[in-house]
Amino acid sequence: MADTIFREYRPSDAERSDRSAGDRLRHREKVRESIRENIADIIAEESIIGKDKDRVIKVPLRGIKEYRFIYGDNAGGVGQGDGDMRPGQVVGKTGKDGKGKGEGQAGDRPGVDYYETDVTLEELIEIMFEDLELPNLERRALREIASDRSSKRKGYRHAGIRIRLDKRRTARQRVMRIMGSQYRRNGQNGASDEAQQEVEGEEERRHPFHKNDLRYKHLETDTREDSNAAVLCIMDTSGSMDTMKKYLARSFFFLLYQFISTRYRNVEIVFIGHHTEANEVTEEAFFHKGESGGTFISSGYQKALEIIAERYHPSLWNLYAFHCSDGDNFDSDNPAALRTAKELAEICNLFGYGEIKPMGSRYYESSMLNVFRRLEAPNFQAVLIERKEDIWPSFKAFLSKDRIKE
Amino acid sequence: MANYEISDLAEWDNRIRAKAAEFGLDWYPQEFEICDHNGMLGYMAYSGMPSHYPHWSYGKSYEKLKTLYDYGVNGLPYEMVINSNPAIAYLMRDNTLLLQVLTIAHVYGHNDFFKNNFTFKSTRAELTIETFKAHAMRVRRYMEDPSIGVDRIERIMDAAHALSWQCRRNLAIRKVGREEQVERAIIDAQPRLDPFHRLHVRPDFTEPETQKVPLEPDEDVLLFIRDHNPFLAEWEKDLLTIVDEETKYFLPMMETKIMNEGWASYWHKKIVESLELEQGMHIEFIVRHNQVLRPIPGQINPYHLGFKIWEDIYRRHTEPTPEEIKKYGAPSKNGTEKIFETREVERDSSFLRRYLTEELMREMDLFQYEPRGDDLVVDKVSDEEGWKEIKETLIKNVGAGSIPVIKVEDADFGHNRTLYLKHFHDGRDLQLEYAEKTIAFIYRLWGRECVLETTLQGKRSLLCYNDRGFSMRALK
Repeated sequence: MADTIFREYRPSDAERSDRSAGDRLRHREKVRESIRENIADIIAEESIIGKDKDRVIKVPLRGIKEYRFIYGDNAGGVGQGDGDMRPGQVVGKTGKDGKGKGEGQAGDRPGVDYYETDVTLEELIEIMFEDLELPNLERRALREIASDRSSKRKGYRHAGIRIRLDKRRTARQRVMRIMGSQYRRNGQNGASDEAQQEVEGEEERRHPFHKNDLRYKHLETDTREDSNAAVLCIMDTSGSMDTMKKYLARSFFFLLYQFISTRYRNVEIVFIGHHTEANEVTEEAFFHKGESGGTFISSGYQKALEIIAERYHPSLWNLYAFHCSDGDNFDSDNPAALRTAKELAEICNLFGYGEIKPMGSRYYESSMLNVFRRLEAPNFQAVLIERKEDIWPSFKAFLSKDRIKE
Repeated sequence: MANYEISDLAEWDNRIRAKAAEFGLDWYPQEFEICDHNGMLGYMAYSGMPSHYPHWSYGKSYEKLKTLYDYGVNGLPYEMVINSNPAIAYLMRDNTLLLQVLTIAHVYGHNDFFKNNFTFKSTRAELTIETFKAHAMRVRRYMEDPSIGVDRIERIMDAAHALSWQCRRNLAIRKVGREEQVERAIIDAQPRLDPFHRLHVRPDFTEPETQKVPLEPDEDVLLFIRDHNPFLAEWEKDLLTIVDEETKYFLPMMETKIMNEGWASYWHKKIVESLELEQGMHIEFIVRHNQVLRPIPGQINPYHLGFKIWEDIYRRHTEPTPEEIKKYGAPSKNGTEKIFETREVERDSSFLRRYLTEELMREMDLFQYEPRGDDLVVDKVSDEEGWKEIKETLIKNVGAGSIPVIKVEDADFGHNRTLYLKHFHDGRDLQLEYAEKTIAFIYRLWGRECVLETTLQGKRSLLCYNDRGFSMRALK
């Protein structure tokens, strides 16, 4: 009988042989693909809007299940009891995940697949926007300021200032030099200059650092052009805006903010609520506090213009303004609204108006869409949002305006 | 950290082998590889194979195993052993010496089983490693081929994986070729020899059907498609072959899970007990042994079930009780002979059918459950009237019994090359969503309409997939 062979554990082998890396990567790609295909559904899911970026969300996956012919729920099974089983006792739930089923061989049989995966919100946003054919957002030189100077280590140099001396590398150079000189001496035939020998003999004992040994860390300053953007969220907070409408508006603002954040380094967000008057408010108040009264849309735009004049000069800031309303404006305000809208469109990169009319309500309420049809600005877009499924398409439509302008 | 050296393991291995030989086990040469948890997860994802063709599903499997491990849901197995000659087993580096001893003994049990059980005869153990390696190289070559590439390979591979288990169940039975089937059909069509042929009217001779493809229903769905779809490229056919060969390599494992685990547990217990361990190790052994073999309430632990049956067979043939002699007759062989014979000639379904006794079922309190509404409800317990049905249900669910039987009936249904498949319904319905998606895969490979006949909630139904997508209709 042949002897048994034992192969010892070698950490180096173990580290090197991450054999599933390629397959994992491919799987990961499939997951992303699957998420991308279903992005509209995920966006429509209430739960992700307004959550913080590191939050992990469960995303239902289609497409990476491994389908086979399997038995459905109507099949019973056999299990082992605790010695006291009686007919009629409930032992589990029928479920798609197969949990609670008495399948003893789960490891070997093709079972029902898990069908959710965890992604962080940030990852999700990244996936969302990578799919979008991104408008090449303008970054005019004037609007960019060199704001960030950071130093990055990059390689080593023979010369430098004392404080950047790399002792480890220097010492290593010295050892290399000594070994090199010994090798040379041993390999050398014939006599050499005596005086030279003397100097070398002296040096051999001490081996002082030579100037050539010194190594300095090299730093490169990395200047990044900074770009600023301000997102102006304008929302109608009049009595007619109910929770559902606000929710839709919030979803849209959320996407806009996330998107702008991926494009610019420095993004500020301004919330303006208006009814007949406009106020700059906090995020909390913006989404949660209801007010009453009528609507003057122009007041919101006026306020936005004031804020821009005060804090965000168009030469330094990329401006994105979006207004959500149910379109229930006082007729007398319409000319003023149109005029201020035109002004906003002139100074903003993008200006949009979203009319939120949950299904069924649009027939008996007045609409601003007709009014804004008269506004002829290339970077203006008015969209109609009726359901949460509309958010993603309208968002894409909104961004597409910017592209046309290029 | 581990409390042993490799030399310790080798020493214990010698003692274990001496005992195993004494007990009559017969094994392939054995190789052990010590690995850490990452290595083990890696091997698990690829079913223990040192080389394996790449596919994203193994990455998924790795991620899943790792997540379960990281969150402490699942531990890692103490050991993993593959059926090859020499047999290769992986030992976890961080396990204690006792665990390694137990595991080594356990591995020899598996090794003996691989070498001797009839179901493994078809696996060509001496070529296992080379076969998997060759598969891997072929698939990689196709991936690097600029005219093929990963995406096209995955298209075929995904479909092949979906259908891989739709293959023959008992590989010990020779597959009958078409010519032989035709011959048989002709012989069957001959009139029976009639001793009174002078008196009887001569029966009409009906010509046997010999043109149909397949003549007899074919269970090897992948191979059937490979051989009957002329539009598949050579590399596509090769991928189907690779997946089929691999499935047939793993099928015996699935078919003998209970026997195999029970057998290995039975022998690790006997061997380790005979090693006369010092007290501390012995106590640890008892703890570990019981951990592995504990019954899992509501489920079937194959280690436990198998172990119980092996012990019972041995006992009934060594010292049967008078009642047992009355009920089953006096044993014709002694216990040792009997268990060695059994490990050679049975697989899980026949093993349970022959050796799972009513008494044993009562002792283990096996019960049967069925779905009622959202709940799984106990429907029968192992009493006088219930045990037989429970046993039948259990047998139906072990090994390949957990996979629906689906056969190719006709490759030219309605004379337009529609592939007609039939699900042999045994009371368990197909999961519809999965069936729908899987038929789409068959369509992908077949390239023409595919039809599956099945029974859903008591109604015979046809699931169809063609260029207009999926549709379903009831059959009368």
